[in-house]
Amino acid sequence: MKGVRASRLQTCVIVTLSVALCSEPAEAHLNSTGVGPLYDGLMHFLMSPEDLVPALALALLAGLRGAAYGRRALFTLPAAWLLGSLFGLTAAATNGSAVLSSFWFLLLGGLVVADANLSLRVMTVLAVLLGLVHGYLNGTGMGQSGFAVVAVIGLASAVFVLTALTAAFVVQLRVPWTRIAVRVAGSWIVASGLLILGWSLRGS
Amino acid sequence: MRSARQHKWALAVAVLAVLWAQTAFAHVEKSEAAGFLTGFRHPIAGLDHVLAMVAVGLWGAQLGAPAIWVLPIAFPMLMAVGGMLGLMGVPIPGIEYGIAASAILLGTAVAFEVRPALVVAALLVGVFALFHGHAHGTELPPGQSALLYSMGFVIATGCLHALGIGIGAVHRWTWGQKLLRAAGAAVAAGGVFFMWKALV
Repeated sequence: MKGVRASRLQTCVIVTLSVALCSEPAEAHLNSTGVGPLYDGLMHFLMSPEDLVPALALALLAGLRGAAYGRRALFTLPAAWLLGSLFGLTAAATNGSAVLSSFWFLLLGGLVVADANLSLRVMTVLAVLLGLVHGYLNGTGMGQSGFAVVAVIGLASAVFVLTALTAAFVVQLRVPWTRIAVRVAGSWIVASGLLILGWSLRGS
Repeated sequence: MRSARQHKWALAVAVLAVLWAQTAFAHVEKSEAAGFLTGFRHPIAGLDHVLAMVAVGLWGAQLGAPAIWVLPIAFPMLMAVGGMLGLMGVPIPGIEYGIAASAILLGTAVAFEVRPALVVAALLVGVFALFHGHAHGTELPPGQSALLYSMGFVIATGCLHALGIGIGAVHRWTWGQKLLRAAGAAVAAGGVFFMWKALV
């Protein structure tokens, strides 16, 4: 009986070792999957507050205005961002100006604070302009390789996800103080914009 | 025999110590993350700032709508104007006195449950915000992200207002109203201390 058990154990060990030794490479790293640039683009957006915050402000504004505005922003902003980035790929590298960033912070943050009753057309224009300008600045200097195009798709995907989550979250807010909290967040964006302007004026 | 047991214990303790090792955090914070954290810590690290900003929330909670949200909106925006003035090299005289006075007056307003017109309350809070902003705006350590530093201290300020509003929620009860007034008196006393420190 003991001999049978030992034999089974041996067989089990041999099979386990064989499986372990014959295992294929996991290819879990992004350089082998080929989607690395996608994540580069995605993370570039998420790690750049000068891009992230204006997009967030627009999504907050759209959410405050209602579901129709949210839907419009959801498809307009990422599409414009993608288009702007693709235009930018053909341009030489350029740094975005701090004054431009502060302009978007002040404008969109101010509209959120005021809970501005914009028409759908005006909000669409804002989304298109924001997407084109920031997308263009993101795209410049990326080069024209296939990797850059994948990175640009990552960028636009991140804009889409951020807009979808933020606008959907704000649209469903019904309790008055929660909407006020969104407007307070807008005041923080305005304050940050003023300070960026201050930093840039000091620098110049 | 005893030595063998001691060895086992020592081994067990060593193994446990190794398994429970925490992250070393040996690297110096730098660049972007440091900029945000430095900015975020700036208002929280100074008790004079904390007192005034919590008092804004307490006063807003006492006054109710719309002051409860107008004051926390007015404060960061005018604080940023103060920060901008500081960055542009426009001096505001008596910054430390202004910060201490903000704690004294806002604390007193809470202690006596002063109810001025909304415009007056917003103006008072806004003027004091200029002093706080000027102090924050001029102290970015070199090599850190100005944008993230700014966002850090604006968000920290907002969190302190939210803390004040949260504490101020006790205003709906009679005992809470008394507690708030006592808290206001404590803030004013803290302000007197900081004024004394600024004067001496």
